[in-house]
Amino acid sequence: MTAATMTAGTPGSASKSEAGPRTLFDKLWDAHVVVERPSGDALIWIDRHFVHEGSFHAFAQVAGRDGVVVEPGLTFGIADHYVPTRGRDHIANPEIARMIDDLEANTARHDVTLFGLNDPRQGIVHVVGPEQGLTLPGLTMVCGDSHTSTHGAFGAYAFGIGASEVAHVLMTQTLWQKKPRRMRITIDGTPAPGVGAKDFILSIIARIGADGARGYAVEYAGETVRALSMAGRMTMCNMSIEAGARCGLIAPDETTFGWIAGKPYAPKGAALEAAIAAWRQLPSDAGAVFDREITLDAGAIAPIVTWGTSPEDALPIGASVPDPATLADDGRAAAMRDALAYMGLQPGQKLSEIAVDRVFIGSCTNARIEDLRAAASVLAGRKARVPGLVSPGSSQVKRQAEEEGLDRIFIAAGLEWVESGCSMCVGMNGDSVPSGERCASTTNRNFRGRQGPGARTHLMSPAMVAAAAVTGHLTDVRPMLEGRS
Amino acid sequence: MKPLTGVSGPACPLGLAGVDTDQLIPARFMKRPRSEGYGGFLLHDLRRDEAGVETPDFPLNRPVWRGAEIIVARRNFGSGSSREAAVYALADHGVRVVLAPTFGDIFASNAVKNGLLPAALDEADIEDLLAALTATPDLPVSVDLAEQTVAWGNRAVTFAIDPVWREQLLNGWDDIDVTRSFAGEITRFREADGARRPWARPSAKA
Repeated sequence: MTAATMTAGTPGSASKSEAGPRTLFDKLWDAHVVVERPSGDALIWIDRHFVHEGSFHAFAQVAGRDGVVVEPGLTFGIADHYVPTRGRDHIANPEIARMIDDLEANTARHDVTLFGLNDPRQGIVHVVGPEQGLTLPGLTMVCGDSHTSTHGAFGAYAFGIGASEVAHVLMTQTLWQKKPRRMRITIDGTPAPGVGAKDFILSIIARIGADGARGYAVEYAGETVRALSMAGRMTMCNMSIEAGARCGLIAPDETTFGWIAGKPYAPKGAALEAAIAAWRQLPSDAGAVFDREITLDAGAIAPIVTWGTSPEDALPIGASVPDPATLADDGRAAAMRDALAYMGLQPGQKLSEIAVDRVFIGSCTNARIEDLRAAASVLAGRKARVPGLVSPGSSQVKRQAEEEGLDRIFIAAGLEWVESGCSMCVGMNGDSVPSGERCASTTNRNFRGRQGPGARTHLMSPAMVAAAAVTGHLTDVRPMLEGRS
Repeated sequence: MKPLTGVSGPACPLGLAGVDTDQLIPARFMKRPRSEGYGGFLLHDLRRDEAGVETPDFPLNRPVWRGAEIIVARRNFGSGSSREAAVYALADHGVRVVLAPTFGDIFASNAVKNGLLPAALDEADIEDLLAALTATPDLPVSVDLAEQTVAWGNRAVTFAIDPVWREQLLNGWDDIDVTRSFAGEITRFREADGARRPWARPSAKA
């Protein structure tokens, strides 16, 4: 591994993959290669980097090397993983208080901008980045969080990294990356009312498996994807990691440009015009070749819920809990029995008869204003039979929801309306599901213990979680939407 | 980073598929400084009951496999969260090699940066090895990184590893030192790119 065995890339000039039609991913890759190795991996330039409380391991590595942050203007700190969603004035748990203090100290020491606990811009990294115009088409974006794939919704190459890589970015503004293969998932057709991005992505994961996209950059395309709002696009790209993908991508278009215009850190005026002209060159060329192609008909997709302990354990709400006895593979049958035992479910039980103990509406997957509106449209004028927590994706989303009166709908239904953070999705801040309890959740992972030791999680869309809150069991939301906007 | 050439000794047949990083280390332990050691948190909630007492029949709790430097698991090991703490838990417990058919992308990258080898074996070889370890728990297993082989009994099979990662593990190389040797290239890229994509930097705050 010496300089002699590598070739330097020249920004903007021809590299070997530029010879023919290129995919969106190829264009993003080619534009960021600093140095290529013969083995096919490359040192790539990182345009945007987010750190959060969990990044303390990386800052410790920087300190251990007496390192400096070489591009403090390209890293932004955001408090989200450990922030309390109630009682922010005094944090009772000293360990949690220390996590938040450490982020403040580390970002201050290295001159990195922080959206801290009491900043009006605070929220979940993957909601705040886009909201502040830090997420743009054509960028490489990283964060020590696997759901960084969210930002791919704008046509950015965005992926999660570990602490050592966070330290590497802080000290060099680059990363060594292997070029992934390219997959395109095309969705055409018109979905039924009440069916949307969360149902699409859960359907995809169920079909290809939790490692079905491992080693791939996945581009979502087709008329159904083009028709999605930025919020829906972010939900799909967010959960790409649950299929094992390196990243999710959606080509930028007028929806993207319209969304970006006016955001605080986005280019403005003539600079924005020039940027949009460059971004229009990003979509995959006609004739670009993908290593794998998958197609889906949106019209055939029903609301989806998970029944097991992996996001691939997902079925339409009209289905029943699967039976391990029908599986030919002994290993898979044993894994399914374990999952059902953990979840407290019986084979053949109707999914719509599974009673829930509580609901959670939140997370980087589904807590944007559109998600809160979808849940509120089901809950308006109705009461929840079970307790639940609603944590908006950002403090800005919270203010907007309050201006629209959504908070009053959630509170009138009996749910708790709290501050923004990762909250009950990952259970780090003290918001958790008690052992043995079952939660209908708008989040991204139904792993064992994800929402707390012994917690049982069912993933679904915000509208479906709202429906479960009203009926007290997993429910098809579609009939509940009749006569509502 | 400590170089890794190979490991020989007992191998713990974990047998589970889709061991995500939330299982490898539950989130609630990640507030602790690394200097306290993360080994005790490895697979915490699978190894212990709700009272925190070890479940005697969990493979990693059995005396023959407690100190194993090799773990054998089924597909998609280390999927999910990017938490490098999952690798810290394995490394601090003394694990140096994980054998599985496939690994989570981010986990595998984190592993190599901490001197832990994620060796991808054919699914059939993993099944054979799991069966052999079930039949003979103290069966010695040898992993040779230079040769990319795993041997047990009279079997020897090859495994896949990215060639750059292999070099890095064998030599104990550190990414940052390598990258810094390209400081000139990085500076030239930065300058050319700034002219080519002026919109890529955050605009001054509105």
